[in-house]
Amino acid sequence: MIFDLNFFGMLIGAIMASSVPLILAASGELITERSGVLNLGVEGMMIVGAISGFALMVLTDNLFLAVIGSMLSGLIISSIFGFLTQTLFTNHVASGLALTIFGIGISAMIGKNFVGIPGKDFPLLLVNLRESIPFLGPILFGHSIILYVAFALPFATNYFLKKTKLGLIVRAVGDSPVSASNQGINVALVRYSCILYGGAMCGLAGAYLSLIYTPQWIENMTAGRGWIALALVVFATWSPLKVLAGAIIFGGVTIMQLHLQAIGLRIPVQLLSALPYIMTIIVLVVISRDSRKIKLNTPTSLGQIFYKEK
Amino acid sequence: MEVQLIKIEKRNDVSRSIYLLTPILAIFLTLFGGGIIFFALGFNPIEALKFFFITPISDLYGLSELLLKATPLCLIAIGLSFCFKSNNWNIGAEGQLIFGGIVGGGVALLFYNHDGFYVLPIIIVSGAVGGMVFAMIPAILKTFFNTNEILVSLMLVYVAKLLLDYLVVGPWSNPEGFNFPETRQFSASARMPILFDGLRIHAGIFITLVTVFLSWIILYKTYLGFQIKVSGLSLKTANYAGYKGKIMIIIVFMISGACAGIAGVGEITGPIGQLHRNISPDYGFTAIIVAFLGRLNPVGIIFASLIVALTYLGAETAQIFLQIPKYTGQVFQGMILFFLLASDYLLFFKIKFLGLKKNDI
Repeated sequence: MIFDLNFFGMLIGAIMASSVPLILAASGELITERSGVLNLGVEGMMIVGAISGFALMVLTDNLFLAVIGSMLSGLIISSIFGFLTQTLFTNHVASGLALTIFGIGISAMIGKNFVGIPGKDFPLLLVNLRESIPFLGPILFGHSIILYVAFALPFATNYFLKKTKLGLIVRAVGDSPVSASNQGINVALVRYSCILYGGAMCGLAGAYLSLIYTPQWIENMTAGRGWIALALVVFATWSPLKVLAGAIIFGGVTIMQLHLQAIGLRIPVQLLSALPYIMTIIVLVVISRDSRKIKLNTPTSLGQIFYKEK
Repeated sequence: MEVQLIKIEKRNDVSRSIYLLTPILAIFLTLFGGGIIFFALGFNPIEALKFFFITPISDLYGLSELLLKATPLCLIAIGLSFCFKSNNWNIGAEGQLIFGGIVGGGVALLFYNHDGFYVLPIIIVSGAVGGMVFAMIPAILKTFFNTNEILVSLMLVYVAKLLLDYLVVGPWSNPEGFNFPETRQFSASARMPILFDGLRIHAGIFITLVTVFLSWIILYKTYLGFQIKVSGLSLKTANYAGYKGKIMIIIVFMISGACAGIAGVGEITGPIGQLHRNISPDYGFTAIIVAFLGRLNPVGIIFASLIVALTYLGAETAQIFLQIPKYTGQVFQGMILFFLLASDYLLFFKIKFLGLKKNDI
């Protein structure tokens, strides 16, 4: 049979799995940016989450602790960024870069003793249904719980921003910190919370990589996914549901290049590996061309320092 | 009862002495933070810091290695200072370095077994052009399509790395090299002259010093430098004054890319002598820290490049003597930038120590 439905189901399932870290990190960063904070430390927070999750898994043999620990470590490292930008009013771009450099360094330092240790099987849900239902089985079942969380997250984020009072406050702080502050909102507190939330989500994204997607620790294993997640937020024009769509497209490109490599096409492997990065650039160009559209959706105070005279 | 011991006030003007002193404060805080990390790893912090920062430069060879590593760092950071001063965030210098190295290396392979004084200059110029062209991609996309230069320049780093990988594994790999992922060794005419026998320090240091001098002239003595600085302080003012902001973006990226490209050529024609997968230990990223630590000032950047180069050497020494991974260097580099940004707080705010007054108690 030429059209093996099950194969396509598996393909879609693989694409979904590879888009999970992007969805998690980009959704977290989206909330941070909606509050007016540009945190370029996504890559650093992800890699710290990846090593903390893996190290905790090896040390405690408890996957639940590992996942929670990775989120906590992302949160802790993002608090450095929060302290710098919100309490000491430092430049967002430079502070975020420092966070990424620091994160890559410290993760490699911690990870030295964990290289080459095999990962553990992460429990997958409803594996028997995956095999018994053709096509839909591999799409819907046999994934880790984190995948389901990731796919629900953009909808929850959308609901949070549009329908809840807290979401309104976050948007208000991002669009006009001065008016929000005059309304009695503690801008720094809101931004701190959004930064910490973003950090926790990036930590979780990292843990997904080191615990589930490629269950082992490799130096620099995030391989630019944090930066792609940042690009995704721009691509999505700060809308959570478009983050989901974008992440699936990127997941698709990643899986496609792996498959093209596997069938031994006469295209250099390196060119195929470069595809996700090249595509990020092309997509950014296409999206940003219409500067009005970008301006309309960008949180107005993004990346700007807000200082309130006491 | 709450007693206020300190009071924080906003400064009206930035004091120049504090502006120059905070980088030094940041370095001391980094040493302190590093000591804590070493202590946490179970080492005597003083001893470990000595291994990290004193041992590597306690002999002539060490000092020459320091200059060898500071040469590319300083050069790239000088280029970046043009971008950062005009508020253009080129963070893809690593990619521009690699692409410059690829172009320069390709020319070097073209001149394989070819003698002549002109070979090395041609290689250097082609490396500069390579880096320049690669840096123009984010600049042009930014000016014409409004694309975020941070993300584009960074994505191009990965593209450049993969391109280098493809070339050294495939078409450019050494035909007699038993399939090792590396090119031929360049011929002598394509190598940077070594300055002293037995040391690795090469003529590239003069290129860096000349660039420092030229950029000081451009930044502080020419109209172009003035335009760059004004557009960095306020794009609106720059446009109002009639400066061509778009062309400025492309120019600063070109300068920065050329510097990074030359740094790449300096590495492959200097200490490395061929192309292989890892021609740069992230010099392009570390140079961002150098540029900030040097306050985007050419002279400051010279000092900053020496200090940051020391973190590379220290990490190597610590790896040998203390068996801690060489990534400690990166941890130190991240910390320097953290503490530098944090101590900038003192630029804008005054902290007054009020002390306890009698009626407080």
